[in-house]
Amino acid sequence: MDQKYAFLEKVGKEPSNLIKGLQAVQGAEGYVSDESIAAISEYFGIPAVEVEGVLSFYAQFKRVKPGKYKIAICDGTACHIKGSTQVGEWLSRELGIQSGETDARGHFSLETVACLGCCSLAPVMSVNGRVYGKLDRKSIVKILKEYENK
Amino acid sequence: MSQEKIKKIRVGVASCGVAAGADAVLELLRSRAESIPVEGTGCLGHCYAEPMVEVLLDNGDSVFYRNVKAEDGYIDNILSLGEKDRFEVPPARKAKELIKVLALAGRIDPTRFEDYTENGGYEGLKRALSMTPVEVVNEVKLSGLRGRGGGGFPTGTKWSFLAAKDTPEKILICNADEGDPGAFMDRSLMESVPHQVLEGMLIAAYATGATKLFIYCRAEYPMAIRHLKIAISQIYEHKLNVINGRELEIIIKEGAGAFVCGEETALIASLEGQRGTPRFRPPFPTDSGWKGYPSMINNVETFGNVPLILREGAAAFAAIGTEGSKGTKLFALAGDLKNPGLVEVPMGTTLREIVFDIGGADPDKVKAVQTGGPSGGCIPVELFDTPVDYDSLKKLGAIMGSGGMIVIGKDRCMVETARYFLDFTHRESCGKCTFCRVGTTRMFETLERIVAGKGEMADLEFLEDIGPKIRMGSLCGLGQTAPNPVLATLRYYRHEYEAHVKDHQCEALQCSALVDMHIDKSNCIKCKLCVKTCPVGAISDDLVIDNEKCTRCNACKDVCPKKTIHRVKKGSIQ
Ligand SMILES: Cc1cc2nc3c(=O)[nH]c(=O)nc-3n(C[C@H](O)[C@H](O)[C@H](O)COP(=O)(O)O)c2cc1C
Ligand code: SF4
Ligand code: SF4
Ligand code: FES
Ligand code: FES
Repeated sequence: MDQKYAFLEKVGKEPSNLIKGLQAVQGAEGYVSDESIAAISEYFGIPAVEVEGVLSFYAQFKRVKPGKYKIAICDGTACHIKGSTQVGEWLSRELGIQSGETDARGHFSLETVACLGCCSLAPVMSVNGRVYGKLDRKSIVKILKEYENK
Repeated sequence: MSQEKIKKIRVGVASCGVAAGADAVLELLRSRAESIPVEGTGCLGHCYAEPMVEVLLDNGDSVFYRNVKAEDGYIDNILSLGEKDRFEVPPARKAKELIKVLALAGRIDPTRFEDYTENGGYEGLKRALSMTPVEVVNEVKLSGLRGRGGGGFPTGTKWSFLAAKDTPEKILICNADEGDPGAFMDRSLMESVPHQVLEGMLIAAYATGATKLFIYCRAEYPMAIRHLKIAISQIYEHKLNVINGRELEIIIKEGAGAFVCGEETALIASLEGQRGTPRFRPPFPTDSGWKGYPSMINNVETFGNVPLILREGAAAFAAIGTEGSKGTKLFALAGDLKNPGLVEVPMGTTLREIVFDIGGADPDKVKAVQTGGPSGGCIPVELFDTPVDYDSLKKLGAIMGSGGMIVIGKDRCMVETARYFLDFTHRESCGKCTFCRVGTTRMFETLERIVAGKGEMADLEFLEDIGPKIRMGSLCGLGQTAPNPVLATLRYYRHEYEAHVKDHQCEALQCSALVDMHIDKSNCIKCKLCVKTCPVGAISDDLVIDNEKCTRCNACKDVCPKKTIHRVKKGSIQ
């Protein structure tokens, strides 16, 4: 196996750890590449198609490389009620990408998720895991600016 | 007051607090407070007041500060025990709440073992270990505790199923998937008092003879996972996991973003590293679960109640609540209300008390409340005298659910709300059952048509017809409950559906296909901020909106300093 994936040794070869293995790969590379599927398949002794079958079931796993800053728009119930549709539209306009896409320079990517657990601050989004609440257009523009040149 | 000496300062740094900026407040306080200890704690449930700071005084009193910012002015005020920004629990909330499960939330440092044990922690386990396993199961049965994960199954009875198995391995699973998008009770409990959930699991392990313990936690909860991991290593260190002479392993597995994995059999498949697809029951997990071993699943909050029952006794627990629903329940209150937060009330408290007295919602502005998330239904304000317990809510076509409670204001469209839930469920369907997979998709498409003003009256009949069929034809709870939000809104708000179909009108002016944007010139000061803001250039220099171009994004409405841009009924102003 590629030395690059030596960290898989820490996961444990039990097939029941497959999801954990995929999470480890995505944690390290930001997504699950064809190359890493091959490594996982080899490590667990599970055919690559089966690995793909499992990973395609779970929304968490990405098959394309995300941007440096991953923006997640919350569209859980509370955020939806509080206008997450508009938040999504504003972000899309500002960044020129739709949910599920990454911009051309690989700086921002946008995705929609269900509930970040901070519903009382709705509408909410997160940038690389840092949560921002009570969003309006002004605060969104400000937050994007902050990350723009980082 | 200012002569009192400060003993200690606590900052609420659960995820909700951090999202409001509490980590920066903690840091600044630490650097400014010199010799006074400043520690992080969990959440007190007053989300609207976050970030919150508690100042503990030498005389045993406490002073709370609300909406603190990481600025010197705020910190000076706190360190000098100033009167500004003080926080008191609103009297109406204090009167209605009964804090049992959350007693230590926001009161201890969740990462410190001693903080838990010095406050009654692990006394429940100690008492359990002095009884026989059968006695413990009976104690839980007597308490009347029912599962908090949504189903409301009697917990003691479930335990007795696993206890009755005579196999070398038995599996205990904590369901921490918290899939209802708009609920955060379990997150808050795990972040704030992780040991309480684990103590409940250890008591269950003793009572049932379980040998391996899993926690299946959603990956979106990194802080909960971190705190649980710390707590588990402390348990190992103090050998609390040695039960009946056997060292029990406690394993955390992270979910991977699939709502259906909250369902027991899907969760088990996911724990085995497979696609999270539910399977037919029987066999029930307590007969054949993880890798074929007898396995039992309880929810986070269910486990969180267990130490209480063992510590205070079943009778004390059963004294709280109603005939069929005992103890307290946590609710995550959010949506259109003044004081969103995490609340704990005795079972049987009315919706009116929760939404208006505790949540501070304006009675003139509330239309309904949604309980049980995508599996639940809405309850109109006219029925707010309903006591919240498993059986009363079921009668109304809603469910208790796990505790998500979303207040829906009068300016929200119920058809759109139903569309939202079906959008969620049809995407989350695992696809195994045709009725669930195809049926929810058809329902969703029909609702999309209606909110776009392209529905027909026959569509409403279709929805009413297919709903019960999806219920019948689905294997798991996802499909069986998916039609609920549609059927409930059709039952209580049929006129809104009809207005969309017959008059192409959205009463709430929410459905964008049925509204125009309009600038009311009488108030306009011609600042032209809207013109500059519009991302598609739909507003002309003389302040007329081209509704053909406009995407109804509300950016202009939002930015207008005179609030004179409105959503109006489509075609109503030429
Ligand atoms: C689609 C679906 C999603 C569910 N999601 C959850 C969940 O997120 N958390 C939970 O505790 N129970 C969830 N449940 C209920 C569980 O299947 C199970 O009944 C519960 O965890 C049992 O624990 P309890 O008896 O302590 O309530 C879900 C059920 C279904 C059908
Ligand atoms: S009801 Fe839906 S989610 Fe449940 S097993 Fe069937 S297809 Fe899958
Ligand atoms: S609603 Fe949005 S698109 Fe329409 S005029 Fe206003 S800013 Fe422009
Ligand atoms: S609904 Fe958005 S954080 Fe929960
Ligand atoms: S204060 Fe913690 S849930 Fe909001």
